[in-house]
Amino acid sequence: MYAARRIERDQARFKKMVRGTIRSGIRKYITRGELIGKTGKQFVSIPLPQLQIPRFRFGENGKGVGQGEGNPGDPVAMDPNESGNGQAGSDPSEHILEVEVSLEELVEMLGEELALPRIEPKGKKNITTEKEKYTGIALRGPESLRHFKRTFRQALRRQLISGTYEADGPRVWPFTEDKRYRSWKTVIERDSNAVIIYMMDVSGSMGDEQKDWVRLTSFWIDTWIGAHYKGVERRFIIHDAAAREVDRETFFHTRESGGTKISSAYELCLKLIRESFRSQEYNIYPFHFSDGENWGDDDTKALELLDKISEAANVFCYGQVEGLYGSGSFLSRLQETRKEDEKMLTALIKGKDDIFDALKTFLGTGR
Amino acid sequence: MLKSSAANKFPTELKELKYEIAEYAQEYGLSFFPVIFEILDYQEISEVAAYAGFPHRYAHWGFGMRYEELSKSYAYGLSKIYEMVINNDPCYAYLLKCNDLVDQKLVMAHVYAHCDFFKNNLYFEHTNRKMIDEMANHATRIGRYIDRFGHEAVEAFIDCCQSLENLIDPHAPFMKRHDDAHGSEWIYSVHASSGTQDAAVTGSQHQCSHRHGSAGCASCGGNGSKENDLFADEDDERVTPRRLRSKSYMDSYVNPPDFIKARAEDLRAKAREKKRFPEAPEADVLLFLIENAPLKNWQRDILSLIREEAYYFLPQMQTKIMNEGWATYWHSHIMTEKVLKDGEVIDYADHHSGTLGGSRLHLNPYKLGVELFRDIEERWDRGQFGKEYTECDDLKAREKWDKKLGLGRQKIFEVRRLYNDLTFLDTFLTEDFCRTRKLFVYAKEQARNVWVIENREFQNIKKALLDGLTNCGQPIIRVTDGNFNNRGELLLSHEHEGRDLKFTFASDTLANLHRLWKRPVHMETCREGRKERLTYDGHSHSETRLD
Repeated sequence: MYAARRIERDQARFKKMVRGTIRSGIRKYITRGELIGKTGKQFVSIPLPQLQIPRFRFGENGKGVGQGEGNPGDPVAMDPNESGNGQAGSDPSEHILEVEVSLEELVEMLGEELALPRIEPKGKKNITTEKEKYTGIALRGPESLRHFKRTFRQALRRQLISGTYEADGPRVWPFTEDKRYRSWKTVIERDSNAVIIYMMDVSGSMGDEQKDWVRLTSFWIDTWIGAHYKGVERRFIIHDAAAREVDRETFFHTRESGGTKISSAYELCLKLIRESFRSQEYNIYPFHFSDGENWGDDDTKALELLDKISEAANVFCYGQVEGLYGSGSFLSRLQETRKEDEKMLTALIKGKDDIFDALKTFLGTGR
Repeated sequence: MLKSSAANKFPTELKELKYEIAEYAQEYGLSFFPVIFEILDYQEISEVAAYAGFPHRYAHWGFGMRYEELSKSYAYGLSKIYEMVINNDPCYAYLLKCNDLVDQKLVMAHVYAHCDFFKNNLYFEHTNRKMIDEMANHATRIGRYIDRFGHEAVEAFIDCCQSLENLIDPHAPFMKRHDDAHGSEWIYSVHASSGTQDAAVTGSQHQCSHRHGSAGCASCGGNGSKENDLFADEDDERVTPRRLRSKSYMDSYVNPPDFIKARAEDLRAKAREKKRFPEAPEADVLLFLIENAPLKNWQRDILSLIREEAYYFLPQMQTKIMNEGWATYWHSHIMTEKVLKDGEVIDYADHHSGTLGGSRLHLNPYKLGVELFRDIEERWDRGQFGKEYTECDDLKAREKWDKKLGLGRQKIFEVRRLYNDLTFLDTFLTEDFCRTRKLFVYAKEQARNVWVIENREFQNIKKALLDGLTNCGQPIIRVTDGNFNNRGELLLSHEHEGRDLKFTFASDTLANLHRLWKRPVHMETCREGRKERLTYDGHSHSETRLD
C-alpha cells in the first residue's frame, strides 16, 4: 500500500514549481500579447523551458533515417520533429515543455499576485436561466438527435429475436420502431449576471500600440470578472465625436480621425444600461479607455453623465492611455472632481508595464 | 506489491492465461525470471510509468512532471501505455485494467520475451536484479536526508545530479575495478572507497588503468598516497627507490646500483604518470565527482545512488531496438501460433499493426527490431551468410539462395545474448535490408528550409543509424584534467564527432557541475568546426577560442 500516493506529492511539488515560475514572471505573462491568441480553449499553454533539467546533449540533428517511397531531393517535411515521438535510437525529440495552466488557475495566480479581493456579486441580482440537458432517450425525435448505438442495439436485438440475423454476413437494418433519440430535460439555473461595457476612444490620437495596451488590459479584466460570474456579457462602444456600439473585432481594430467627445460614449453607455442591463439585475462594469483629449466644453457634460453611470454600476474604471500626442486633461479633471466617489477608479497607462498596476487599481476593490 | 486490495486482485481468467502463455514461451526456448503481473487502472499505470516502472522512488518533482504528461496524454487519447515491465527478479509487469482480453494476452506474451531478454542479454548481466528493493532503499535514504537537511536543499542537489546523470561510461560495467572479486558489485565499490580515498590507491595499482588517483587537487584536498612522491618533479631527488638494509661493505651487492638506477627510472615514470589527474581521461564523470569533488557525505551518497540508477537503466537504452524487436517477434509467434482465438484475430492484427506503425521520418524501434530479427532468421535458415554468399554477385542466385540450413532460430537466440543495438545494426543491417525496407537518409536543405530525402546509399543510412546509437546518442564527454591550470579547476572534453552540443544546455549544465566541483569548470568542444573552451567560474560564462 502507498503511504500516501507518492505521485501526488511529486505532482504537487511540480505544480508548485510551475506556479512559482509562472508567478515570478507574471508581469511578463500579463504583458504578453500572444497569450491571448491561445485562449480559445480552456487552457493557456505556457512554455517552461527552465523546468527541463539541462544536460550535455547534442543540438539539432541535421539528419535522420526514414522509411518509404521517394527520390533523393524530394521534400519529406517542413519539420520532422513536429509530430515526433521516439526515433529509433536517436535523440529525444526536441520539445519545450509546455505546461497547461487552466485559465482559472492563471486568474487565481493573478489574484494572489496582485492581492485582488474576490468580487462579491451584489445584492439579489440573480436571474434564472433555462438550460437543456440531454439526459434521456425517447422513441420519437428529430433524426439529428438519433442515438446511433441504441438504435443499432435495438435493431440487432430485434433481428436476433426474430431470427433474421445471419452470423455469416452480419447486416443490421434498423426499422423505424428501432430508432432511439436523445431527449432533454430543461434545467433552471440561478445565477448572478454581469455585463462589462468597454468604451474606447478611437480618435486619431490613439495609435495601434495604445490599442494593444487596451486589448491586454481588457483581456485580464475579462478573465478576472469572468471567473466570478457565470454569465458575463460584453458590450463594446467606440467613440470619437460620436459613439456607436460595435462587436469585439471592430472595437480593437477601428481607427477614426476627428475629435473626441467623451460624453457621447457615456450617453450611449447609459442608454444601454437603462435599456438592457437594469442595475437591479446586473452587475455592471463599465471601462473606459481614452487618451484624455476631450473637447473643452464636453468635460462637464461627460462628468454629469458619469455620475449617473456610476450610480448604476459596480465600479467605473477609467484608464487614460498616453497617446501619440501625450496625455489629456480628462484624467486630472476626473480625479479632482470625483475624489470622494469610491466607485470611480482611474489609472494612467503609459506603457505595457503600467498594465499591471492599472489592473490592481481596477480590480482591487472587490466590488 | 502495489495494492493488496481485493479490487486489484489478479483475476483467475488472466491467471490461467498467464500460465498458458508462460508455458508456450518456455516451449519456444525462452527462459525468464518468474513474472508477476499487476492490474492497474490508467492513473496507477501512469504513476508507475512516471517512476519508470518502480513503485518506490525518491521524491522529486520530475516524476510528478512525467506523471502529468502521461496521465494527460492518456486522458486526451494521445497515447496509451500498453505494457510495462521491470528488469528485476522476479520480473514485475503491469497490465492496464481496461484493456481487452486479447490485449492482455498480447502484452503477456510480449512481457515474457522482454523478461527473457533481460535475463539473457549480456548487457544486462551487471544490473541489479533486486532493483525494486534497491530503489526503495534509495527512496528511504533520500527521505532521511530530506528530513535532516530540508526538502529544498536536497531537491536542488538532486536537480544538479540529474543534470549530470548521462555522464557515465557505457563500458564501465565490464571493466574490472579495484580488486573486486565479484564483478557484479563493481558499482558498490564506490561506497566502500568514497570515505577513504587512499584505499583505492593502495589497492591495485598494477592492473587497473582506470584507477582514480589521489594526486592533490588544491580544493578537494586529495590526501596523499603512501608513496611520498606526490610533489616530485622528474628530476626530484626524493624519488629514490627503497634500499634494503645492509652493512656498508655489502651494499653494492644487496642493492645493486644497476637495479637501483632502473628502479628509480621506473618510479619517475610512474610519478610523471601520476601527475596527470585523472591519469587517463575518465568517461565515468560521476564516479570521478563522487571520489574527488568536495561534497558533503549525504551529497556524495545521493550522487552515488543516482549514478547507480543511471547504470541500471543504461542497458535498456542500449538495447531499445533489440529488446522491443525481440518481444514483438515472440508475441507475434506466441499469439498467432498458439493463443489467439478466431474471434480475436482482427483486434490482435489491429493492435499489432498499431505497435509497428510509424511515420515516414521516425523509424519505429519495434518495427526495425522485429524486421531485423526476422531477416536474420531467414538468412541463417537459408544460409545467406559467409564468404561464399557475400562474394556472390549474381542477383538471381542471391535471391534464390537456400542451403536449407535451418539455423535461424539458433542464430537469433545467439544474437539476443551477445549484441546491443549498436553492434546489432552494425553487424546485421544489410544493403538488401535497406533496399527492401526502403530506408533513406533525409537532411535539412538550408536554402529551401525543408527536409528532403538526401539519398538511399547503404553506407550513409548505416552511418546515420550508428551515429545515433553511439554512446546511446549522448555526446562522449570525459574528465581530462582535475587540476586544470594547476588551480584545482575541472576540465571536461567533448569528443566531437560531427555534431555540436546544444550550447544553451551546455552552459546550464556547466553551472550545475560547478555547484558540485566548487571551482571553475571548463569544457572543451567544437562549435561550428572551431575548437572552443566553455568556462563557468561561478559568476559568469565565457568562451575561449582554442585555434
